[in-house]
Amino acid sequence: MTASERIAGTVANYVDERTGAAKWMKKNLNKVFPDHWSFLLGEIALYSFIILLLSGTFLTFWFDPSQREVIYEGAYEPLEGLKMSAAYASTLHISFEIRGGLLMRQIHHWAALIFMAAIVVHLMRVYFTGAFRKPREFNWIIGIGLLTLGIVEGFLGYSLPDDLLSGTGIRIAEAIIQALPVVGSYLAFFAFGGAFPGEAFIPRIYTVHVLLLPGAFLALITIHLMLVWYQKHTQYPGPGRTEKNVVGYPLFPVYMAKAGGFFFIVFGVTAFLGAVASINPIWLYGPYTPGQISAGSQPDWYMGWLDGLVRMSPPLESHVFGHTISWNILIPGLIVPGILFTGMALYPFIESWMTGDKREHHLLDRPRNAPNRTALGVMSLTFMLIALINGGNDIIAITFDLTINQIMWFSRIGIFVLPPLAFVITKRLCLSLQRADRDLVLHGRETGRLVMMPHGEFVEVHEPISPQKAWLLTQHEQNPPLALEESDLRGVRRPGVLKNKLRARLSKAHAVAIPKVTADDLKEIEHH
Amino acid sequence: MLALLSIGTTFSIAGAATEAPITAAERSALIDEGQRIFLKGCSSCHGINLEGSAIAPALLGVGAASVDFQVATGRMPVADMSVQIARKQPVYDEKQVEALAAYVSSLAPGPQVPGESQLNYERDGSTAEGGELFRTNCAMCHNFAAQGGALSQGKYAPTLMGVEARHIYEAMITGPQSMPVFSDKTITPNEKLSMIKWIKAVEAEPQLGGAALGRVGPVTEGLLVWTLGLGLLVGVAVWLAMKAR
Repeated sequence: MTASERIAGTVANYVDERTGAAKWMKKNLNKVFPDHWSFLLGEIALYSFIILLLSGTFLTFWFDPSQREVIYEGAYEPLEGLKMSAAYASTLHISFEIRGGLLMRQIHHWAALIFMAAIVVHLMRVYFTGAFRKPREFNWIIGIGLLTLGIVEGFLGYSLPDDLLSGTGIRIAEAIIQALPVVGSYLAFFAFGGAFPGEAFIPRIYTVHVLLLPGAFLALITIHLMLVWYQKHTQYPGPGRTEKNVVGYPLFPVYMAKAGGFFFIVFGVTAFLGAVASINPIWLYGPYTPGQISAGSQPDWYMGWLDGLVRMSPPLESHVFGHTISWNILIPGLIVPGILFTGMALYPFIESWMTGDKREHHLLDRPRNAPNRTALGVMSLTFMLIALINGGNDIIAITFDLTINQIMWFSRIGIFVLPPLAFVITKRLCLSLQRADRDLVLHGRETGRLVMMPHGEFVEVHEPISPQKAWLLTQHEQNPPLALEESDLRGVRRPGVLKNKLRARLSKAHAVAIPKVTADDLKEIEHH
Repeated sequence: MLALLSIGTTFSIAGAATEAPITAAERSALIDEGQRIFLKGCSSCHGINLEGSAIAPALLGVGAASVDFQVATGRMPVADMSVQIARKQPVYDEKQVEALAAYVSSLAPGPQVPGESQLNYERDGSTAEGGELFRTNCAMCHNFAAQGGALSQGKYAPTLMGVEARHIYEAMITGPQSMPVFSDKTITPNEKLSMIKWIKAVEAEPQLGGAALGRVGPVTEGLLVWTLGLGLLVGVAVWLAMKAR
């Protein structure tokens, strides 16, 4: 035993005698996690969150969350002597007079964009592989909660500097609040402490942005990860992987090293972006006054779809009992997002209701083997993408020599036509891929080698695939649709017929599949 | 009548871009030259007497400033009339533009081309005030950093980067195409110079935060984060999860 080993042993023993950590660590450090690149997407979000906490703390040291009017006397000459809020002036101060301040601001903002993008790709992975199924429904809902809070937190964050662009965003948020029938105006007055803009919203937003929501994030992320720990990570199907085991590497040392390294890489990429690419150049936007607006006022990308929906909605308004109902804001700003996010949160329950599947699932689906789910996902993404494109319609118009009107009409029609089209195409693609899988198992891999038979015929030589691959292509379950009788044995119609009819139809649509290769199929083909 | 005309011409040329006094003979030669160019290159649409036609406006009273802006930025003569007349390589050189302007303004008075001494924005302008005025009056079409923006039906407010101070000034006093006129009563000449000074400051401003991404706001930022940002990170994730070989 060397001297350093002896010292390490003494220290470890000292700690263990006082905390009993050895037993706990022995169990948990050996915990096994499966290995796949797509399991690291959530980690990107987690690490961006840590970067956000660190860089955000730095920014709070100098940021003055106040709408008190000041005269700017800082380093940026084009704003010299202008009246502005202390919030804006202090953001300029951070940008130009604090050492590393602009870099930190940019790292903070890039990290926010990466955070949201990573959440979305992580969500896509979880959705398309069916990782949300029992027992992970709660964790799915927590994830949707984190996504929603992320959108709000990001919006509040870029509203804080009180520049011309952010003030425009706040104004739109006020309009969306006001669009709520009856209570809208009162709520807006409550939120802004009077008429817009007032002097209250920056300090209020600040408290929510740096205290309330980060607290909520910490709590939700903790539960999110604890549930992953407790329920164990899902794994992709493969030889030796079952619903009852986890095949992978232990937390220590493999994942400790990988995750630690990955954190620094995420930090590195974010810092790189912060160093080389400008983001939110508030000094160019100028201080916010309600009388000004810039062409091409867009929100950050994670709100862009919402802006796009509002931009495409026709001017509908009705007047009921002296109240104006602005459908043009109410529908795209509140009703559609409400339906989308509620539907997304409830999807695990909807799917289990459709399929009648109440079992636990720890093996992931290959997206092609759940054509209906995959198609639904692609359909939703198509919807979001069209909305997002329309959110940047003016920038796209001027960049690609199009007109805003063309893009708006493309979106107005496309938002109804293209998602269903995407659904049909995706479903067919999935079924085609299943068919290809079936062919592969039955006839083997095409080798590209042509052989001339004695009688002159040319044939391509097929090579049987490996047993591992064959297992992967045939391991999935193919469950029949729910059989829901409309009437019982005596011919009496059961209650809830309509509901059952709908459920049976959905279940049937969900169970559509190309029959996978069975052992009998293989035997038969060997016979030939 | 002729005398009146010549007096009017004298005054209109006096304020024109060339500030060195020119003789009456030179002036009338200039006007003659302008008329020649006009009849050859402009009259087919704008009419032999500047009266305009179904496809082109009358030019009586548009002033030398209008002619200078439209012709010296290459917008006139027009190549494509579909949506909006675009800036392009000028067809006529400076001398010819001056002659055209002299001719058009000799027939009816209008806004004059601002002279060098009128355009000394470095001396007479204030950057910060100009920025404030720009954001109030111009940014809603030309974007917060004067990069240009889209209008309805394919029309657009062009970028102001690389536009000469004289042309910016002329655009404000003549209001070409979709642009409104900002008369000296709405925005005083000194305020106009302030705006030009601010635009020039933005143009010369180094890219303070790194690559400016077109200075068009969050759209290009979002594009970059989804391509370069996520591209790098997902690439690293794939690399990290690769089996050691």
